[in-house]
Amino acid sequence: MTEPDEVRVAVAAAYRDEWGQVVATLIGLTGNWDLAEDCAQDAFTAALATWPRDGIPGRPGAWLTTTARHRAMDRLRRDSTAAAKVRGLAVLERNPVEPRTEEIPDERLRLIFTCCHPALPFPARVALTLRTLAGLSTGEIAKAFLTGEPAMAQRIVRAKRKITEAGIPYRVPPAELLPQRLTSVLAVLYLIFNEGYGDEDGRRSLAAEGIHLARVLVRLLPAEPEARGLLALMLLLEARRESRIDDGVLVTLEDQDRSRWDHALIAEGVATLDEALAVRRAGPYQVQAAIAACHATAPDAAATDWPQIAARYDELARLAPSPVVDLNRAVAIAMADGIAAGLALVDELAESGKLEGYYLLPATRADLLRRAGRRREAAESYEAALELVPTEAERRYLTARLNSL
Amino acid sequence: MKYVLLICDDETKSPTMAEIAADPAYQEYDAEVNRRGASLGGARLRPAAAATTVRVRDGETLVSDGPFAETKDVVGGIDIIECADLDEALALAALHPYARHGCVEVRPVWE
Repeated sequence: MTEPDEVRVAVAAAYRDEWGQVVATLIGLTGNWDLAEDCAQDAFTAALATWPRDGIPGRPGAWLTTTARHRAMDRLRRDSTAAAKVRGLAVLERNPVEPRTEEIPDERLRLIFTCCHPALPFPARVALTLRTLAGLSTGEIAKAFLTGEPAMAQRIVRAKRKITEAGIPYRVPPAELLPQRLTSVLAVLYLIFNEGYGDEDGRRSLAAEGIHLARVLVRLLPAEPEARGLLALMLLLEARRESRIDDGVLVTLEDQDRSRWDHALIAEGVATLDEALAVRRAGPYQVQAAIAACHATAPDAAATDWPQIAARYDELARLAPSPVVDLNRAVAIAMADGIAAGLALVDELAESGKLEGYYLLPATRADLLRRAGRRREAAESYEAALELVPTEAERRYLTARLNSL
Repeated sequence: MKYVLLICDDETKSPTMAEIAADPAYQEYDAEVNRRGASLGGARLRPAAAATTVRVRDGETLVSDGPFAETKDVVGGIDIIECADLDEALALAALHPYARHGCVEVRPVWE
């Protein structure tokens, strides 16, 4: 007999670590996404029922996969049209099933790439990744994205249907497609992380899911520096989450209490980034992580290496051009070369109209004008930013700045 | 002269192949086409939700979900191809010269 609490903890840990692997293996065997999820669910239910009696298996993942596979066999046997699939499964069954010693190949990579296929709408890639790979329920995903559960369920159903009907292959893409497809995977994981990052409470677990999935990806694709770059970036941003908001008010990097940063995460982030950079194949996530590392390792705001950050933004603007990168680059140049140089770039961006409606454009302009002592113009820009600001914490920060001019 | 008929609707109804085959109006149409020996082939397509659109710009293949709608492009021809999976179809679509200035919508045939 094993204590019920111990079993519950073990099943919860297995759910987190093995769900994606069990589902991925079952999809590989049956080609049926719904069946795979149902049988995975059954296997975890069976674990809760039998582990207290039989003890926690040495390799829970292998136990769960084998159990889920038996379930799939049973269900498919009842469905005569799936006879061919059963034959495929039966061949596997004849091989000695020794859950405690058998090496089950990690199928999650195929699952990740299929969930993030560019033929699926981007929001569906995110939802499908969270459902099938991370094992979040449809209700949890709907809540995280502030959508109704029926709408989210519909999104997932449609995505699965498209995978089947359009013939999206269940595989790791071949070398010539890998860079493009990896870009989509990284974007999905970064979005999952960011959805959880900005939030003060409720959706925080999404950031943890993002980091968890990035860790899995790094393990599965050890030679890809951008996967490591993304993980490093997430760790470095996560390290300063706690100090980002104080009493419901946004705290800028400059004013954050650096003793509250998670220095273990910073060390891991920097080490991960170093491993990525050692491959010598630059990419936008590595550069962003390098910028985050510059901030994270500066002992105080005044010691920030702005010239290096400005140089990194130059590189980022070349690798992944976007007006938001240009705006950040303008700030770095203002801090490195003088406010006037940065303001000139911000004004250029404003004139181009590319960031129309983006609150950080007037907010950045306001901050630079404040630093230059041009109070009246700064006030105008803060007011313009307040018209556009999306969150309460940022609104409170801008209001406090405006009032202190 | 050869013509391609682009069969269009708003997808509010989605009858099965058996229902279509049993529809007297469709049987009448089919019989007339066959009587004239006019058919050179054709296919029913899966709904637009199963569509994927390919564009090639500056040598880079851009894949997006969904049909090409809401652009100024109009259908200028059709090719029916047999492929192992969507990635193979996308690779061929990206090779079509029109992918470089227009786009090629890849729609699975209803089989």
